[in-house]
Amino acid sequence: MLVYTMRRLVGAIPVLVLASILTFVMVDISGDPLLELRTATPPPPEAVIEQEAERLYLDRSMPERYWLWVTGIGGEGNIGLLQGEFGPSTQGQQYEIGPEIAERLWTTLRLVGIAMLLALGLAIIAGAVSAMRQYSKLDYTLTFVGFLCLAMPTFWLAGIVQASGVEINQLIGENLFKTIGDGRYGAEGAPPWDQFVNAFAHMALPTLVLMLTSFASWSRYQRTSMLEVLNSDYVRLARAKGLRDKVVIRRHALRTALIPLTTVFALGVAGIIDGTILTETVFQWRGLGDFFITAVENNDSYALMGWLLLSGFMVILANLIADLLYGVLDPRIRYE
Amino acid sequence: MSNGTPTTAPGRTAQRSAADRTQLQTIVRRFVRHRPAMISLFVLIVIAAFAFIGPFFWMWDHRVSSEILSNQPPDSTHPLGTSSAGHDVLGQLMRGAQQTLKVALTVSLCATAFGSLWGATAGYYGGRTDAMMMRIVDVFLIVPPLVAVAALAGNTKGGTTWSTIAIIIALFSWAQIARVVRGVVLSLREQEFIEAAKASGASAPWIILRHLLPNAAGPIIVAATLLVAIAILMEAGLSFLQFGIQLPDISLGQLIGEARTAVSTRPWTFYPPGVLLVLICLTINFIGDGLRDALDPKQTMVRR
Repeated sequence: MLVYTMRRLVGAIPVLVLASILTFVMVDISGDPLLELRTATPPPPEAVIEQEAERLYLDRSMPERYWLWVTGIGGEGNIGLLQGEFGPSTQGQQYEIGPEIAERLWTTLRLVGIAMLLALGLAIIAGAVSAMRQYSKLDYTLTFVGFLCLAMPTFWLAGIVQASGVEINQLIGENLFKTIGDGRYGAEGAPPWDQFVNAFAHMALPTLVLMLTSFASWSRYQRTSMLEVLNSDYVRLARAKGLRDKVVIRRHALRTALIPLTTVFALGVAGIIDGTILTETVFQWRGLGDFFITAVENNDSYALMGWLLLSGFMVILANLIADLLYGVLDPRIRYE
Repeated sequence: MSNGTPTTAPGRTAQRSAADRTQLQTIVRRFVRHRPAMISLFVLIVIAAFAFIGPFFWMWDHRVSSEILSNQPPDSTHPLGTSSAGHDVLGQLMRGAQQTLKVALTVSLCATAFGSLWGATAGYYGGRTDAMMMRIVDVFLIVPPLVAVAALAGNTKGGTTWSTIAIIIALFSWAQIARVVRGVVLSLREQEFIEAAKASGASAPWIILRHLLPNAAGPIIVAATLLVAIAILMEAGLSFLQFGIQLPDISLGQLIGEARTAVSTRPWTFYPPGVLLVLICLTINFIGDGLRDALDPKQTMVRR
């Protein structure tokens, strides 16, 4: 298993490198980090622009810059991924990309992690129940809800949930749901329980939104694979030898039916990252979504690259975890 | 399997057994019998008519007019009210739906055409070519699409027209299709008819275009349909973040983005574009479902 994990990690490196080249070229040709300076009124002196270009290493050619961005050889010590530096930002000298990402990572990971686990749980339950009661009213209802969530734009749902949160607050006359912000500021130093309550109040609604938009496609897959398993011979055998229904479902059917879900789950991670950006924007969180949007707006190439690298890494990691889970769920698979 | 058993439908097709039907007729028949898909198709056609033909019959378009009072709730002159800047919401909705549909269809067409060719080529040649080509697909799959598109579109000067947006979204949507098509082609290429084509001296492009792709049409059509819905949501998200279609032109996502702060004060500007968007995606997903059932010969219509 360890050998397999290592081999997979090594195998992921070329993909990650290719992805970084692709995104680097794209970000580079599509945006001009000096645009703001060039179009400013009154136009700044030529020397200022040149100085900024030098600070951002724009005086070098694109391949040179990519090499510099990866290795940091020949830079000023503020660039080079291998040295743990993400490069200079267009948003001023004080804006350091690495620490900024690290600071926001926890906020976003918390949201994504919890929403993903809840969505997974909901998908498994909804899919399994749907399959067990195929063509019943419950099945149709769950299917329709799934389709509805699948068709729902994340930001619209977020807007509705946010508005309902405000309504509920007014109705009960208490500030139960915090509908704006991530609750990170002003919470330091409070007792742990208060911090927890505060974080929960801020997180409840965004998590709900992200969960609802993510669970739908998973539950469809879960339903299909559960149906297949329930109609298979070995489940019929398990029933025939007199096992209780609960045991058949839990020990025989559900376990096998979970296997395809792991693949779909890994593929869904990229979609969740997309959803997070939209959700964070609506609820005005200062997480990685906000970081990304400011980076785009400021033509901040290195910040964008750092972000894309991080998200690509997360997707690859999710795929690896899914593959390893395969081995746990499916005894036929052995990683030697 | 329902297409194997001779079913005699009452009425006009009484003399014809299933064996007489062409493949296309069987597929159409199966699709027509899928009720949610048929209803969806009808609703979608109505929405498309609303978006493309509606503007010819409605007096207001998506632009600001000095004759329109701003911030009016729905009444008889403006059935969906007016926006804070003085737009007729119904007129905006028509234009928005039109742009959204145009983007989505373009994305689906471009991405499907390119993705199918890519996937079929990789699957047909196999070996090292396949490994290389699919590695590139992996690269496109690990970048979250909305993010990549936003990075490109937000940066691109003139990235504001619907066609630019469509091309950029398509650039990040073809990989899924390529993966699906490759999977199908991998099993198709081992079959006898491909061997026969090779033996009779057919060239690789000929085999891919005339033999492999038509036989993979089922999964391709389904994937293309679902891609329309995905593209719609992506364009909407993009426009919502203000990296997509920009004023004075509009799309449904952008309308929602504009109305985001007015959910409780001007609900008539917030809910209609969203409902329309959900309706479009919902119907497309149901149609995709119906097509999948109709095109997949392994599907049984018999309830177990």
